[in-house]
Amino acid sequence: MPKTRYRKEKIIEWVMILCSMVSVLTTIGIILVLSVDTVQFFKEVPFARFITDNQWTPLFEEKHFGILPLLCGTLLTTTIAVSVAVPMGITIAVYLNEYASKNVTAIIKPLLEVLAGIPTVIYGFFALQIVTPVLQTIIPGLAGFNALSPGLIMGVMIIPYITSLSEDALRAVPNSLREASYGLGANRFQTAFRVIVPAANSGIVVSVILAISRALGETMIVAIAAGQQPRLTFNPLESVETITTYIVQVSMGDVPQDSLEYRTIFAAGITLFVFTFLLNNISFWIRKHYLQRYE
Amino acid sequence: MNKKRLIGPQSQDKIFKLFAIGCTSIGLVVLMVLLANIITKGFGRISWSFFTNLPSRHPQESGIYTALAGMTSLLVITMAVALPIGILSGIYLQEYGNRNRFARIIEVNISNLAGVPSVIYGILGLQVFVRVAGWGNSILSGAFTLALLIMPIIIVSTREAVKAVPDSLREAAFGLGATKWQVIRKIVLPASFGAILTGVILSVSRAIGETAPLIVVGALAYVPFIPEGPMDQYTSLPIQIFNWSSRPQQGFIANAAAGIIVLLLFTFILNGVAIYLRNRWYRKISG
Amino acid sequence: MNKFLLLTTVMLNTVLLSSCFKEYKGRINIDGSSSVYPLTEAVAEDFRKENSDIRITVGVSGTGGGFKKFLRGETDISNASRPISTHELELSRKNGIEFIEIPVSYDGMAIVVSPKNSFVDYITVAELKKMWSPESQNKVKFWKQVRSSWPNTKLNLYGAGTSSGTYDYFTEAINGKPKASRGDYTASEDDNVLVQGVSSDASGLGYFGLAYFTENKDKLRLVPVKYNEHAEAVIPNDSTVQHGIYQPLSRPEFIYVNAKAADKPYVQEFIKFYLEQAGKLSREVGYIPLPEEVYKLSYERFTKRITGSVFENKSVVGSNLLQLLSIDNK
Repeated sequence: MPKTRYRKEKIIEWVMILCSMVSVLTTIGIILVLSVDTVQFFKEVPFARFITDNQWTPLFEEKHFGILPLLCGTLLTTTIAVSVAVPMGITIAVYLNEYASKNVTAIIKPLLEVLAGIPTVIYGFFALQIVTPVLQTIIPGLAGFNALSPGLIMGVMIIPYITSLSEDALRAVPNSLREASYGLGANRFQTAFRVIVPAANSGIVVSVILAISRALGETMIVAIAAGQQPRLTFNPLESVETITTYIVQVSMGDVPQDSLEYRTIFAAGITLFVFTFLLNNISFWIRKHYLQRYE
Repeated sequence: MNKKRLIGPQSQDKIFKLFAIGCTSIGLVVLMVLLANIITKGFGRISWSFFTNLPSRHPQESGIYTALAGMTSLLVITMAVALPIGILSGIYLQEYGNRNRFARIIEVNISNLAGVPSVIYGILGLQVFVRVAGWGNSILSGAFTLALLIMPIIIVSTREAVKAVPDSLREAAFGLGATKWQVIRKIVLPASFGAILTGVILSVSRAIGETAPLIVVGALAYVPFIPEGPMDQYTSLPIQIFNWSSRPQQGFIANAAAGIIVLLLFTFILNGVAIYLRNRWYRKISG
Repeated sequence: MNKFLLLTTVMLNTVLLSSCFKEYKGRINIDGSSSVYPLTEAVAEDFRKENSDIRITVGVSGTGGGFKKFLRGETDISNASRPISTHELELSRKNGIEFIEIPVSYDGMAIVVSPKNSFVDYITVAELKKMWSPESQNKVKFWKQVRSSWPNTKLNLYGAGTSSGTYDYFTEAINGKPKASRGDYTASEDDNVLVQGVSSDASGLGYFGLAYFTENKDKLRLVPVKYNEHAEAVIPNDSTVQHGIYQPLSRPEFIYVNAKAADKPYVQEFIKFYLEQAGKLSREVGYIPLPEEVYKLSYERFTKRITGSVFENKSVVGSNLLQLLSIDNK
């Protein structure tokens, strides 16, 4: 290869390496940005108080900096979402894989993808304007802002996350297992739930973890429909505030840079990030480990 | 050993099938109800003036012109930043970096980034672009933040696209004496073009629907003016919808619904094109 | 083929980008109170009809947030639902920002409950204090604790956020000290969120500017306020607010104009337009217009460029604008 062409190749390779570095820089950036201000935050608010105080009123006269109410709001809405999405998602995945014909699958899969692609602000509008009033007729005394309505809608939104990955996992189970099961006289239901699902369980677990992570990080649905009152409660009929809603709320107001109130965004943000980071990494490693089982 | 079952094995199957169909239907029914409701609420507001009006306090006179302008300028800049970096990263990871530790670190990295909540990207953009770089609440800050957010999508789909190109094509080119970059430029890229395009379209669809990170970097909700340049303030369609849905007056609810119809149309068209392209390309590669 | 694609993409993008931007001949930046916002927005919008090449942006950072920007010289006009504070006055002197204080309307702050609420007939100032004082945080949680004849249901409160002038005024008028309030309620600078919340919550109670009640009359119920046990229960409307009968929650709303910005001809036109239309538009958005004489005095203040605040060292609660302006304008 002539020297100039070699140099050109090397330059191009280095350009590409630089581009790949952007993603590394992004992660470093996120961790740095969140940590620096959080460290400053913890200089003024002791960590013990942050995790044990049961009130979150950083902007008021009686300041409390307990993350529990916000964490509670996030966990409450996520739990509702996951309890809807997991049973339905796995059922649909099993149905598509073991029961449904190719034509049915060819229609349903894209439709589910569509569900996942709808901008979340639209889901939020739906939760507030349509689902909450309907729920209010069934459950009198349900406040206009509550955790149930956005939780349910979030559940529907994350079903595709569970079905798509679970379905891949189910499909990867070799047919020999199915045939052995049928050969022993089991029906489809027994085969599906006693043989195939357990065989694909790591893939299904990964899908559930990713769905949880998605629900934890959801912002718009809860910002529109769950309310803006941090409340330490497990009652889904009351208005709550999630970590994500708080971040958006403070951004929309005008809090001076470099103040303690401003830094609460970072403390709240890093709490959320820690949870989702852990979940994402766990699922990544399970997936890496699981992929080797059937190769 | 032979326990008497209340439900015989045949009926077990049937009951589950019904249950599963029920579950699937719920998801689809929700979608239908959502669409029907939104169309009834918003269809009446769709008119030429809705697209050309600036926002107003009178719901009837309010329109999405500035939201569309903001969205377009955001998109153009976002894509200009994210596409080259994302595609080149994807190619590098797949063609060059398969065996070393560096590439594996990046792989974990990207998988992580894809799962980071969008508000966190907003916080990152707030510190880096709005404050440190000094761009303030401008289109530039918003675009760069979005670019970081959609980059993992572009990288992953580029990787998948490039991975699917059969090695035989590469080896033939190498056999003829081509360099690595020549192979990529002349063989791999054209072959994977359709799939990369699919990924690009999906990332566009994601970018236009994002609301939270833009709010955190300072996109305004009420922008009754057309931005004067990339350093100006702006709004986007999802944020306009968010603003309208927070206003309890019925007139604005209709506007929000109409805005949603427009946004959904964009999303559906983009996703539809992507799915179509993916099917066509898949058929092309596999046979 | 590839080059052609590239060329079309670049051209298309340039065309798109250029149509997304526009040039304006003048700019007026306004920010501040979410209560005054509906009025200023209405004025700005009508002004825009005749002057489409003047760009007016109106933000909603809250009275406090608006002043912060104003005193850094970032905005030309600040919407305020309370007068400028002592601390802010100091800052204005330190930063060399001179301003003209212009009252633009009255607001009778509304105490509202959901139409589904059947037990609230009126409320006294003392009861409001019990509901909202800082000491009640985490303690006063049920309606019964406020008045024994009320049911033992949960008390869900909705009110202004901390950078809101409504917040400052309400806390001063009810709790006696500005910014003193409990923190465990749904706080938002966006009054629309509060309207949503109260209207759908049978156990809710909220406060915000009258305009937001008037806009959503069908979703809310206004609660008459008794100044003390012996007074009459008063509903805020034109006459009760203008004559100072609805107390202590009647308050004037202001715009503060940067004195330097006031030299620009289009700003002068805007302010003239504002004061001419404020009476009519106040009513339209649901506030209460000032008496004609006060509007004249306000305009006089502007044309004479009288800087400073008439509320320096005075409380705005229970004040008489006509008196204050007549004296100060001389």
